[in-house]
Amino acid sequence: MVKAKHDVDVLEKCLTGIKGLDEITKGGLPKGRPTLICGSAGSGKTLFAMEFLMRGAMDYGEPGVFMTFEETPEDLAKNFISLGFDLHDMMSRGLIAMDHVYIDRSEIEETGEYDLEGLFIRLGNAIDSIGAKRVVLDTIEALFSGLSNAAILRAELRRLFHWLKERGVTAIVTGERGDKLLTRYGLEEYVADCVILLDFRIDEQISTRRLRIVKYRGSSHGSDEYPFLIDEAGLSILPITSLGLDYPVSKGRIATGIPKLDTMLDGKGFYRGSTILVSGTAGTGKTSMSATFADAACRRGERCLYCAFEESPSQIIRNMGSIGIDLAQWVKKGLLKFHSARPSLYGLEMHLLTFHKEIDNFNPQVFIIDPISNLNAAGTESEVKSILTRLIDHLKMKNISTFLTDLTRFTGSLEHTSEEISSLIDTWLLLRDIELNGERNRGLYILKSRGMAHSNQIQEFLLTNQGIDLIDIYTGSGEILTGSARAAQDAGEKASELVRRREVDRRIREQERKRNALETRIAALRAEFEVETQEVHLMADEEQKRQVVLAEDRLEMAHLRKGNPSSPQAKRSKKKREGSVK
Amino acid sequence: MKAVSPKKGKKAKTCAIEEIWNLRLYVAGQTPKSITAFANLKKICEEHLDGKFSIEVIDLLKNPKLAKGDQIVALPTLVRKLPEPIKKIIGDLADTERVLVGLDIRPVQG
Repeated sequence: MVKAKHDVDVLEKCLTGIKGLDEITKGGLPKGRPTLICGSAGSGKTLFAMEFLMRGAMDYGEPGVFMTFEETPEDLAKNFISLGFDLHDMMSRGLIAMDHVYIDRSEIEETGEYDLEGLFIRLGNAIDSIGAKRVVLDTIEALFSGLSNAAILRAELRRLFHWLKERGVTAIVTGERGDKLLTRYGLEEYVADCVILLDFRIDEQISTRRLRIVKYRGSSHGSDEYPFLIDEAGLSILPITSLGLDYPVSKGRIATGIPKLDTMLDGKGFYRGSTILVSGTAGTGKTSMSATFADAACRRGERCLYCAFEESPSQIIRNMGSIGIDLAQWVKKGLLKFHSARPSLYGLEMHLLTFHKEIDNFNPQVFIIDPISNLNAAGTESEVKSILTRLIDHLKMKNISTFLTDLTRFTGSLEHTSEEISSLIDTWLLLRDIELNGERNRGLYILKSRGMAHSNQIQEFLLTNQGIDLIDIYTGSGEILTGSARAAQDAGEKASELVRRREVDRRIREQERKRNALETRIAALRAEFEVETQEVHLMADEEQKRQVVLAEDRLEMAHLRKGNPSSPQAKRSKKKREGSVK
Repeated sequence: MKAVSPKKGKKAKTCAIEEIWNLRLYVAGQTPKSITAFANLKKICEEHLDGKFSIEVIDLLKNPKLAKGDQIVALPTLVRKLPEPIKKIIGDLADTERVLVGLDIRPVQG
């Protein structure tokens, strides 16, 4: 019969507007049908119902009728003001109609046959008065304590649920949890379409609210127990199951805040949206690395949510100041937000829910948990793993880079992460102690890093007052040296290198000097040569002058002798002489 | 609850208290149950209240809003508005004993 119904039409659903519920029911409650919400006292049934109505009226334009059998409208209004819903205002705007059905057994006598037509009429009247699409009956089982004829009541309830379906209203009926049955009076018999169980459980003094869809006829739904939270923003439910592995991935890379580490990671740092785990024993610098990463994110102008489980925000800020990281400025700018709580403050689910809420509110690009190992205080290992899986899935969906730290115990393998979450981790950095020569030094290496060619080297990890620095460990002559041993080795190497360098320098200088000497000698010879050349020239000049003077003298003597017959002849011969001289 | 012996009520004349008994019967249309209830009520009142009563029949199909005021859930419901305190009897009033107990009509002592 049920199957036949399905073939005719696909089940229509009605969005509740309750955070998370529409996801696990894949679209809300069955539209136009009643849904049973059962749970023990204080499990949040009334709140669930009320939020369903309020969201319907506010967000989906579906007015609703709240028929209360227990609390008075005044009490309800007070309760809902505290959650941010103004019942009176909504009633005056015709979005909500309230009817308080009150049966005082002491003033009622039953004689003979009767039916609950009065209830139907009241409900019908309320629905018609505002054109309601949603109805809440809270808790209809109160009728059983008000009226004694159970046979009539049962028949009438069956009729009521049929009637609600005929009216086409999406109804929520609440019922108190019974011993063996889901509800004390077996209401689940009548409301066959959808049954949701709310549970309020205390394990090891930690209380958790859980919700389970017991039945949802004609629809697939999540069948797990989902933790939920009631706070000033109403109800929020968290899907416990993994959302699948089909999230988009980013090829973008982000800096780690430690330049040397970026180099080790293919020169570019982590992938954006990847999950990074830093594990190490106590005091290996995990928090410092987290702070460095947070600082780097804030420097890029990204928002970072820092969940601290061990230290208070002010303590982290103070301590990080000592290694030159000023986190306070980012907090002031609103880029960095601390969320700190003791792990044992509440259950794991509650932690997960608060993470979700914080993430949704703050919308960070970088999310840090320091450390995840402390979550063990709030649950067993398998629970922690389940929580982290869900958290990481959620973060990956949102492409938020996640930075987790994990405190490993001194005993046991370093590569053992207590939560065995290795498979969830994309980049795993290991901080370890290297004990040598009476010193304890920190070493860092990359255990794995998916999707990149990363360095396999162990680096010495130094905390300086300018932040974190990584130094190549000395691995020269077949041994690994760190700390002062490395420094001594470095110093020794530096000294011998210095000696060699000096020798070379000396040789170079000597050669230079030789060259200079040679040049000087060349210059001297050249100068000598110049002098000689000048002397030769001078001698030649003087010889020439002497020749001229000699010729003139001869002419003079001839003139004086007056040997020449005539002066013209003499003149002529003089000219000839001059020409011959030339 | 009420220490009234059902045996005695049969013959005894009911005490006619000074005031008028103001009774209101809520029904939903002319159903067999409502007709039976009205007939039973009339009979009981005539036998025990000696004319000092008024019966008001309210049909909720015509006036649905009135259901809220008297907190009507089941039908038919008989409400004793006066004398106070308000009493309610639901059902078709077939059991006269219980109606008398419910309305708190005491037998008059001989």
